[in-house]
Amino acid sequence: MKKLLVFLPLILFIMVASFFFYALQVRKERPVSELASALIDRPFPEFELQTLEGQMINRNALVTGEVTLVNVWGSWCIACRAEHPYLQELAESGVRIVGINYKDPKESAIEWLNRFGDIAEFHIVDRDGRLGINLGVYGAPETYLIDSQGYIRYKKVGIVDDYEWAKIKPVYERLVKQSEAVDSGA
Amino acid sequence: MFMKAISATLLLLSSLNSLAVIDAHEFSSEEIRERYEALIEELRCPKCQNQNLAGSDSAVAEDLRREVFILLEDGHSDQEIRTYMRDRYGDFILYDPPVEGKTLLVWVIPLAMFLLGLLVIFFVVRAATRNAAKNIADDFESEDDEFFAGEDENR
Repeated sequence: MKKLLVFLPLILFIMVASFFFYALQVRKERPVSELASALIDRPFPEFELQTLEGQMINRNALVTGEVTLVNVWGSWCIACRAEHPYLQELAESGVRIVGINYKDPKESAIEWLNRFGDIAEFHIVDRDGRLGINLGVYGAPETYLIDSQGYIRYKKVGIVDDYEWAKIKPVYERLVKQSEAVDSGA
Repeated sequence: MFMKAISATLLLLSSLNSLAVIDAHEFSSEEIRERYEALIEELRCPKCQNQNLAGSDSAVAEDLRREVFILLEDGHSDQEIRTYMRDRYGDFILYDPPVEGKTLLVWVIPLAMFLLGLLVIFFVVRAATRNAAKNIADDFESEDDEFFAGEDENR
C-alpha cells in the first residue's frame, strides 16, 4: 500500500495534465479569451440615440418583430473590414442587419460606409460607448442576434465569417420559425 | 551633491508606485474619490483580462472608469455598482467572484487543497517521526545487544 502511495503525485499529475489538455485542445474552438455574454436571453437594453442620418430613435426602431443581426463596428476597426463581405452576403440573403457605430466620429463612419458599402437598415450612433456598456461590449466587431421580441439570443465577439455563420444559422432559422409562429397567432 | 543624487533616485523610484492611469475626474467629495479608487482596482478590464480597470489604458477600461464615476456621483452604493457591472459583463469582471453557485468552486477548491496539504504534511511528519523513533530504538537495541554480548566476552 505504501509503495502505491509513491505513485500518487504521478497519478494526480496525469489527471491534471489530461484536464489541461482537454481544456486547451478539445475546446479550442471557444477561446478562453472570449467572455461569455451576460445578456443572453435578456431583452436588448433601452436606449435613445441618433442614427447616422440624424434621426432620434429608441429601442422600438430596433425591435420591429423581425429577427435581427446587430453588428457593433467602427471605422477604426480593421477586423470590421474583413468581416464586411460576409455581412454583405447575409444582407443579400435577406438577414436584417442593424449597425451600432461604436465610439466613432460620424464623418469617419459615413466615409467608411461610402467606401465599403452599407448593408444595414440603419446605424445607431453610440459615440461615447454607453450603449456598448449596457450590452457588455468591449471591442469591435461584436455581433448580437436578437429575436422578434427583442431578446438577445446569441453573441459573437469577433468576426462573423462563414465558419461562424455556420454556428449562428441554426439559431437564426429557429428564431425566424418562432417569430412566424407568433405572427400567425399560435 | 551626493545627497541630491540619492534623493533624486529615491523620488524617481517611488513614482513607480503609482501604476495607475490618470483620468481627470472631478469628485464631489473625498469619500467618493476613495470609493472610486477602490472600485477600479476591484474591477477587471474585460478586454485585457489580466489587468484591473485602474491599470488598463484600453478604451473599454476608460469607459468603465467613467461609468463608475458617474454611478458614484449618482449616489449608487459600491454593491450596486458591482451588480451593475456583473449584469453587463458577467461574474468575470469582479476579481472576487461572488460566493454562490458555480463560483463557489473557485473559493472552495483552494481552501480544500490547502487543508489536504496540511493533512498530507501531518501524516508524512508522523510517519517520518515514527520511522526515526523506530530507527533510534533499533540502534539502542543493537547497541544493547553489542553491550551485553561484550559482557559475555568479558566474563
